[in-house]
Amino acid sequence: MLDVSLKHRFAGFDLDVAFTAPKGLTAIFGRSGAGKTSIINAVAGLLQTDYAQVTLDGVEISTLPTHLRNVGYVFQEARLFPHMTVQRNLKYGSWFRPKAGRDFDRVVALLGLEPLLARAPLHLSGGEKQRVAIGRALLSNPQILLMDEPLSALDAPRKAEILPYLERLRDEAGLPILYVSHALAEVARLATTMLVVEAGRLRRIGPTAEVLSDPSLANVLGLRAAGSLITARLVAQEDDGLSRLETAAGPVFLPRVAASLGALLRLRIPAQDVMIALQAPQGISALNVLAVRIEALRLGEGPGAILTLALGEERLLARITQRSVAALGLAVGQEVFAVLKSVALAQGDIGG
Amino acid sequence: MAEWLSPEGWQAVRLSLWVAFWAMLCSLPLAVAVAWLLARRDFWGKQLLNGLVHLPLILPPVVTGYVLLLAFGRRGLFGPALADIGIVFSFRWTGAALAAAVMGFPLMVRAIRLSIEAVDLRLEAAARTLGASGIWVFVTVTLPLALPGVLAGAILGFAKALGEFGATITFVSAIPGETQTLPSAIYAALQVPGQDAVAARMVAVSVVLAMGALIASELLARSLSRRIGASHA
Repeated sequence: MLDVSLKHRFAGFDLDVAFTAPKGLTAIFGRSGAGKTSIINAVAGLLQTDYAQVTLDGVEISTLPTHLRNVGYVFQEARLFPHMTVQRNLKYGSWFRPKAGRDFDRVVALLGLEPLLARAPLHLSGGEKQRVAIGRALLSNPQILLMDEPLSALDAPRKAEILPYLERLRDEAGLPILYVSHALAEVARLATTMLVVEAGRLRRIGPTAEVLSDPSLANVLGLRAAGSLITARLVAQEDDGLSRLETAAGPVFLPRVAASLGALLRLRIPAQDVMIALQAPQGISALNVLAVRIEALRLGEGPGAILTLALGEERLLARITQRSVAALGLAVGQEVFAVLKSVALAQGDIGG
Repeated sequence: MAEWLSPEGWQAVRLSLWVAFWAMLCSLPLAVAVAWLLARRDFWGKQLLNGLVHLPLILPPVVTGYVLLLAFGRRGLFGPALADIGIVFSFRWTGAALAAAVMGFPLMVRAIRLSIEAVDLRLEAAARTLGASGIWVFVTVTLPLALPGVLAGAILGFAKALGEFGATITFVSAIPGETQTLPSAIYAALQVPGQDAVAARMVAVSVVLAMGALIASELLARSLSRRIGASHA
């Protein structure tokens, strides 16, 4: 567990945040320049802030120099040492921390680094470099892993190559991860807890699904990107290649989901891909229609409106026009139908 | 070949190489330390240190030699104390080495400082997060990556030491076999009528040594950079 309290005066803005990161992956989300990287740099001791109190598993570390803090840091660019082979990069931490490097074989297997060990960093691809950097940080035996947009320098296929490793890391390594990102899709997929930072201040911290469905954050999260996560249980693999998932508000059908029956999955539904109907729609190609209740209605500054839809305990955001709100006479408390234009699997098994 | 240069001439060449070698070797660690301080640390008096290091480059060499005489001469400021522990500079080859080291120092520091400044600070930060303290970051990351520049600086210092004349002759005179290096031997030959040919041959040796040192430094730096990789991954 990590407790952080920071204050720092920068040229353009003031950083002033305090939060507690529980186990699992905590994403620090915000626009560029919001102070995300400053936060983890301060945790690592690479940035000296005016005021800092950082407690890691009950030990105050903010007075320690970086090399004694036991943090692992994966930077945006891999920062591999060019004069060492991959193997020596991986073992670098074990020169200084006696317990480090014990899990060498396990980490190499986890990240698929075996074929790279003898190579020089110069000749690795971006994705390979970043995997080595993650392995190097893990092998320095850290008590917490800090990651600063580790995927942002990579193209889509490379991202897809690394994401599963990060998921395994979160689920298997058992160490807390502080993950800076401005990519919502990444956060939705990886984060257990989500922290929204805006202009040096903490806007919101909470479980990812809850934060993602908070309509008051839509402007920070970005209207187009705003969406929400709902949980669903895989109940059947049907003959026509679709999988049937049961949500709190009815069934959802997705192209074959590779998971075992009964698995709990997270679905990501972008707000702009939700349509509203007053009656259960007839003669429509959309398969996924959920019965929901309007919990909140927020008119934006432009022609748009954001609806918060309740399905059981979960929330779903819908972005429609104010004209539609008026035409349908939508009001808080009303029971309506949400027509989902797209549903994506956000993340693998989330357990229990 | 042996008769091409007089025995005294060869002696001067050997002495020059010997003096330059020790001058370079002994000043290198200090030059690396000072270069690192100037490149990576901010402290009170940094500009003063920078100026002090560069002073021999701009002062007339005879002044530098005279200052050395005042400091390390037999009756100089530190001379007697050093003599008590067995270190004597005045009129010895060690004094020639000291003068050469002082004169070459600014060149070495400049070359090494530039190469240290070129080492990516972000790699050093990464090393610190992996548990390396300041000195280990330097030994395992900064120094290996700056090595081409360090070697270039060392060879430059060596070449400068080979050619040092003014400070050396002021500080330790030009005693054949002890402090008469190649430049002072050339100067001595030029003072004697009819020795022009002897002087010209020693000049040729001098040019070959200097060029050789520069080419060696260039080749070494290139092969090292190739090994490390042109761009830092």
